[in-house]
Amino acid sequence: MKTFKLGGVHPPENKLSEKAPIEVLAIPAVVSIPVSQHLGAPASPVVAKGDKVKTGQLIAKGAGFISANIHSSVSGTVVKIDDMPDSSGYRKKAIVINVEGDEWDEGIDLGSELVRECNLTPQEITARVNEKGIVGMGGATFPSHVKLMVPPGKKAEVLIINGVECEPYLTSDHRLMLEKADEMLVGITIQMKALGVTKAIIGIENNKHDAIEHLSYKVKDYPGISVEALKVQYPQGGEKQLIKALINREVPSGKLPIEVGAVVHNVGTAFAVYEAVQKNKPLMERVVTVTGKNLKKPSNFLVRIGTPVSELIEAAGGLPTDTGKVVNGGPMMGKAITNLEVPVTKGTSGILIFPEREAARKPVQNCIRCARCLNVCPMGLEPYLLSVLADKKRLEECEVERIMDCIECGSCLYICPSGRPLLDQIRVGKAEVGSMIRKRSQH
Amino acid sequence: MSLLTVSGSPHVHDSQSVSKIMYGVVYSLIPAMLVSFYFFGLAAILLTLTAVISCMAVEYVIQKYLMKGPVTVFDGSAIITGILLAFNVPANLPLWMVVVGSAVAIGMGKMTFGGLGKNPFNPALVGRVFLMISFPVHMTNYPKATAFSTQLTDIVTGPTPLAIMKEGLQKGESVAEIIPQIPEYAQLLLGQMGGSMGEISAIAILLGGLFMAYKKLITWHIPVAYLGTVLVFTGIFWLIDPGYHFNPLYHLLSGGLMLGAVYMATDMVTSPMSPLGMLIFGIGCGVLTVVIRMFGAYPEGVAFSILIMNAFVPLINRGIKPKRFGEEVKNG
Repeated sequence: MKTFKLGGVHPPENKLSEKAPIEVLAIPAVVSIPVSQHLGAPASPVVAKGDKVKTGQLIAKGAGFISANIHSSVSGTVVKIDDMPDSSGYRKKAIVINVEGDEWDEGIDLGSELVRECNLTPQEITARVNEKGIVGMGGATFPSHVKLMVPPGKKAEVLIINGVECEPYLTSDHRLMLEKADEMLVGITIQMKALGVTKAIIGIENNKHDAIEHLSYKVKDYPGISVEALKVQYPQGGEKQLIKALINREVPSGKLPIEVGAVVHNVGTAFAVYEAVQKNKPLMERVVTVTGKNLKKPSNFLVRIGTPVSELIEAAGGLPTDTGKVVNGGPMMGKAITNLEVPVTKGTSGILIFPEREAARKPVQNCIRCARCLNVCPMGLEPYLLSVLADKKRLEECEVERIMDCIECGSCLYICPSGRPLLDQIRVGKAEVGSMIRKRSQH
Repeated sequence: MSLLTVSGSPHVHDSQSVSKIMYGVVYSLIPAMLVSFYFFGLAAILLTLTAVISCMAVEYVIQKYLMKGPVTVFDGSAIITGILLAFNVPANLPLWMVVVGSAVAIGMGKMTFGGLGKNPFNPALVGRVFLMISFPVHMTNYPKATAFSTQLTDIVTGPTPLAIMKEGLQKGESVAEIIPQIPEYAQLLLGQMGGSMGEISAIAILLGGLFMAYKKLITWHIPVAYLGTVLVFTGIFWLIDPGYHFNPLYHLLSGGLMLGAVYMATDMVTSPMSPLGMLIFGIGCGVLTVVIRMFGAYPEGVAFSILIMNAFVPLINRGIKPKRFGEEVKNG
């Protein structure tokens, strides 16, 4: 079975919600839609306080090439545009809308019938993806239209579809592959057309047998697309690791996947592309896994963007009394949130609830130089060394030791028997080395 | 609702901990310990207990009264140092010397550098070499491995196979003349030979090594590189002149090589981090061991070799980097 070769860990999978079908979550009374839900520049609002908006209407326009449009996920009245707390813990600009009914914007096809034919040109597809605010749904939220445009001088050879879902607990991609396979495959076909490639590979970790079987059967109707089962090994879903596993090419340090002829999109993104191109529907809702060992009803919900996290937890049986930590995202890369009223955004793949006893880290002990961090690093780095160099602000050495290659997968901190804050220190170092490099290039 | 904990990702952690790793090593030492208890009797039990207790006591006193920091004597690392120190001395060594050795091992070898994880040299070997230089007579007066006895004094003593080999060669005897004086392969394998308390049984040590490898406490790199180098290096000499040089198997099975390669050189604190670095470290240990055994003044060179290579570890870590992802691109 295929896998990446360097490093990796295998945390307990805990896919508690894998059998729970996607349920449509009730629309909340108020939504708070941040204007920065993607990598790149925040979008600028095109509505004002007091405006009436419809579901699917553009409310903030992408500012610049690497940015994304934001659409209203509900119909109602804009009550304020203000700084609101988001999952990162900071207060950032958001558009708050009081919900009134559910009136959709014109031109959006709400029917459930599958539309397979797509007569748009590659440019039209990319423009539509841009217009509908599609971003990477795997968590990184990179604007998708940018990835569908091949830079001059480069050639895309293969589209890689990430159905790995290597984060423990999360099942939103898994459910999507089971329940929306055809839509997703049409979406992949459209992406292939935009990129001008004839080959697409869907990589799925081998703990989702039903999805592998289902898609292997379905792809027979879609020429050029194949399904590949991958070993259960974290971070199999890391872009560079997935490319290595599927086509055995290594993206050079500091370069993008297109360097080796590959473009990677998440299964959720493929589904969003289908809805945008074939149904004219903007990205204003997504599948979110709500899970945790003590949660009454681990679930997968289809949620309108901007819904407070607390509503999802309520629908999954309420917050368990012994809750110690709530995470937006998976356990390996997700962010612990400070406030349950923060909204679901385009990148929210899951809400994970940890009991008190699993909330705290191990006490920090001396490094015993066991080399586990080095052995599990999927980028071949030396986390023990980078963390010390970063802590001592020896930034030039950090750069030489390739701190910028770190993908922040968390394998080092996961495995460390001494509970050392390896990734925390490396993150700080990365930010500082990044600004050092930027300053240098300005001179 | 109580306050939520907020911390950076990841939010799940492996169940491995420092003390689990240390106690894993302690458990792996049990077979070799039982063999030495069998061959050296009550003296070996007393020796081990003395070493372990004094190592822990020294660490406790230093952590509590000198460093005035947290006391971590029960994390298992001082227990390992105690057992390995006992393994590295003759079973009939006077107990007060063992206490001195423990104080040096933990005090000088480990705590002066800041405690667990910070010491450049293997503490048990620091203790052993200190004893070796301070009390050479006692440290080379090895009891004969007999069946279990409760005798503590007047034990029959004799030289180790390596000492017999070295002396014989120095006297001008040929290999064929010396071989009848040393134990047979089977005895060497099981541990029926003169030597330090815990080094005698190759089988028991290998068993412990396999257990550690299975539990992922060590990797194969250092032991294989170390033993392989000794095998190849002594093999070359043997092929050149089997009348003057011993069969490599004698080198592998006698003396402290097995104990050194499996336990002393693999100490994670004092060995390199990257797999390639470990191989270089193991090869260095092997070369030095053979050089000392064949050309040095001492019949045995394992402890010195490992300590010398310990000193090179920071250099190896600096020079040998793991294979980076995306470094040399082989696409196709």
